[in-house]
Amino acid sequence: MDTATLTEKVAAKTVPIYIMGKKYEVPDALTIMKAMEYAGYQYIRGCGCRGGVCGACATVYRKAGDYKIYTGLACQTVVEPDMYLTQIPFYPANRAVYDYETAEPTPETVYKLYPELFRCVACNACTKVCPMDVEVLDYISALKRGDLKAAAEISFDCIQCGLCASRCMGEMAQYHIAQLARRLQGGKLAPKAQHLDKMCGDIEGGAFTGMLGDLKSMSVDELKKVYTAREMEPHMGADEWTPASSHGLA
Amino acid sequence: MAYTPELKELIKVVEKTRPERVARKRAGEEIPFLSLDERKERLRFHPDFKEEGRRPLQVGPSKGYAIAHEIADLLEASSRVDPDRVDLSSPAHETDVLIIGGGGAGTSAAILAAQRGANVILATKLRHGDANTMMAEGGIQAASKGHKDSPYYHYLDVMGGGHFTNVPELVETLVTEAPDAIRWLEHQGVNFTKKADGTLETIHGGGTSRKRMHYAADITGAEIMRTIRDEARNHADRITVLEFSPAVELVLNEHGACAGAVLYNMETEEYFLVKAKAVVMATGGCGRLHIQGFMTTNHYGATADGIVLGYRAGVPVAFLHTVQYHPTGIVFPEQAEGILITEKFRGAGANLVNVEGNQFVNEREPRDVEAASIIKECVHDGKGVPTPTGRLGIWLDSPMIEELAGEGTVKREFPGKYILYKRFDIDISKEPMLIYPTLHYQNGGLEFKPSGETCVPGLFLAGEVAGGIHGANRLMGNSLLDIIVFGRIAGTSAAEYIAAGVKDGELTLDHVRAYNAEVATSGVGAGRVAPAIIPDYTDPSVRERQLTANYVGNVR
Repeated sequence: MDTATLTEKVAAKTVPIYIMGKKYEVPDALTIMKAMEYAGYQYIRGCGCRGGVCGACATVYRKAGDYKIYTGLACQTVVEPDMYLTQIPFYPANRAVYDYETAEPTPETVYKLYPELFRCVACNACTKVCPMDVEVLDYISALKRGDLKAAAEISFDCIQCGLCASRCMGEMAQYHIAQLARRLQGGKLAPKAQHLDKMCGDIEGGAFTGMLGDLKSMSVDELKKVYTAREMEPHMGADEWTPASSHGLA
Repeated sequence: MAYTPELKELIKVVEKTRPERVARKRAGEEIPFLSLDERKERLRFHPDFKEEGRRPLQVGPSKGYAIAHEIADLLEASSRVDPDRVDLSSPAHETDVLIIGGGGAGTSAAILAAQRGANVILATKLRHGDANTMMAEGGIQAASKGHKDSPYYHYLDVMGGGHFTNVPELVETLVTEAPDAIRWLEHQGVNFTKKADGTLETIHGGGTSRKRMHYAADITGAEIMRTIRDEARNHADRITVLEFSPAVELVLNEHGACAGAVLYNMETEEYFLVKAKAVVMATGGCGRLHIQGFMTTNHYGATADGIVLGYRAGVPVAFLHTVQYHPTGIVFPEQAEGILITEKFRGAGANLVNVEGNQFVNEREPRDVEAASIIKECVHDGKGVPTPTGRLGIWLDSPMIEELAGEGTVKREFPGKYILYKRFDIDISKEPMLIYPTLHYQNGGLEFKPSGETCVPGLFLAGEVAGGIHGANRLMGNSLLDIIVFGRIAGTSAAEYIAAGVKDGELTLDHVRAYNAEVATSGVGAGRVAPAIIPDYTDPSVRERQLTANYVGNVR
């Protein structure tokens, strides 16, 4: 087979890990997720994208003789010897229902929907536990200051796994609050893209109906000719670039 | 798993040729694009073109059509549940619109159907939002800049990418609805990357003639998914979400219309019925079938369930003989195998480089041409980079981006991938990435119309489960677009279909009985059941020791 195949090349070396307290010997090169599958678990919960962006596989672990709590994503973290682990695929969290259309993009909107924001004691457990290295406390603090933009930016890499909520002394679900902040920022505070309205108007006005009708009725050979002749925007050029011919434009 | 000393030596070769390649990039000198004839020649190295990789279907509405064995295995299979044992007289839920699938397409459909006054149940296999949408990185296409772009050029690019086989009406809908889809997402609060005045940043993707790829850093799909999921949750009065409840069969009624589905509670292993006036199927793709043994970028749940259900209900499949291999998936470190490295890295200037430090293909060819070129370079020309476990890869020279656009660009523009590699002690702003094509997208699917309708009344489609938009090959950024455009259309069409009046009737699974009988008589598929629901990654030796369990496929 001329492909880089899926074959799991199981390393000769194995290490002991403890899944919910039970010992299994697993190949040392596997991620926690693959190690649990190797051990015989078939995931229903606790497994999602397997690529570190969906937040389904938040994992908490300790190491032998170490008081610290470690966290990671099961699909991204490689096993270590004597790791004691469990996944927390679900952690209950309070999410406020709100009418997005009428929501004012102000700090007060956030405060009204999530008054628990002010229960934050700045212990920083949220930031320490975040597997994405998001500065959770920083965005909570930004919200307390009323800075939605900063909160949206700082929280941008959040995958909503819920680990922060599991550790919060103020019992809030930080990631839901951050989601609200990002929507208010992206949809209501950030300047709108004016060029979208213009293009949507041109389309609704039928500016391209005829041109597209022509393309649709072309034979494949004709279409190939038009395709090959189309002018290419230079790769490193500026946004303001305009094609030599206005053919095909509104 | 940092680079081994052997790989570090090979990286030196890349570093040696880098200054010259950076200079060429700065000067706008690129490897010329292949002509249409050269593309055709190159595609001989694409997995789609391996005859032994597929076989003609023996059953169902597309009998005789040759598709990948892994999908054929699921279509030539019996139902998971015995139709005679399903009680159709007592639905667990009744609703207006049942949406199957909780990704971007299903969620868009739910919001639009609810907006039109319909009550919606959104049933999803895993959690709401667990979908390939969440994993899409690079961006979403739309001709939004009228001074240089239009649906006309978008149409041409889509058709060219699909080798001129796409269904023209579907492409027309895709490109003319695209700007409004972006406007809707912006309105919903998606944080697109913008200039200070609000102008959307846009870049090139493979096969685009104009820079029309909009993005939200390198997590465009996640940003879209979490935003529209949040909006769906605001309509909890109309949208009920059933998680860990995949559909295993569509239910029809005596008038031949789709009228619900049999769902499966994955935790209690119970099957239950949802009766609906219309059904939107938005179940996504098939990457977890690992076609031809390829690694995949796809989500855990991407097992082609919707294709199986729709096909049994009588909807033919189209363009399913082609699947997309994303040119750049991680091949080392092995822990991250298959994970997508967005095309945006190439858009930002990173070269693809062989073991000798040389470029061998323009980095912005359509995906199938790019993937075929990498396979050719590695397997047929012997210029791949060997990994410690004996695989082959090609360098994606990300440090070039730092030289072209300034120090810190990689970390700023690609935070997701920067962190991912950091975990493996690899700094991709200083060291290149090792990649190989990875199974990414189901180009084809069930046949449908621009309105989302299928040949079964009351059954609508949206997203990857549907075929025809992208022809034989999809371009980057047209999938996020497709799910939003056709998700919104399917939700609207379903609500309108109901508003026009739907005749109630007795529910039936006769189509499943008939299909099972066809499978039995054809002699294929003995012992196979479908849909698969989740892949089986259990170590076979564990299975052997499970002495009290019987498995048919991965069904216990």
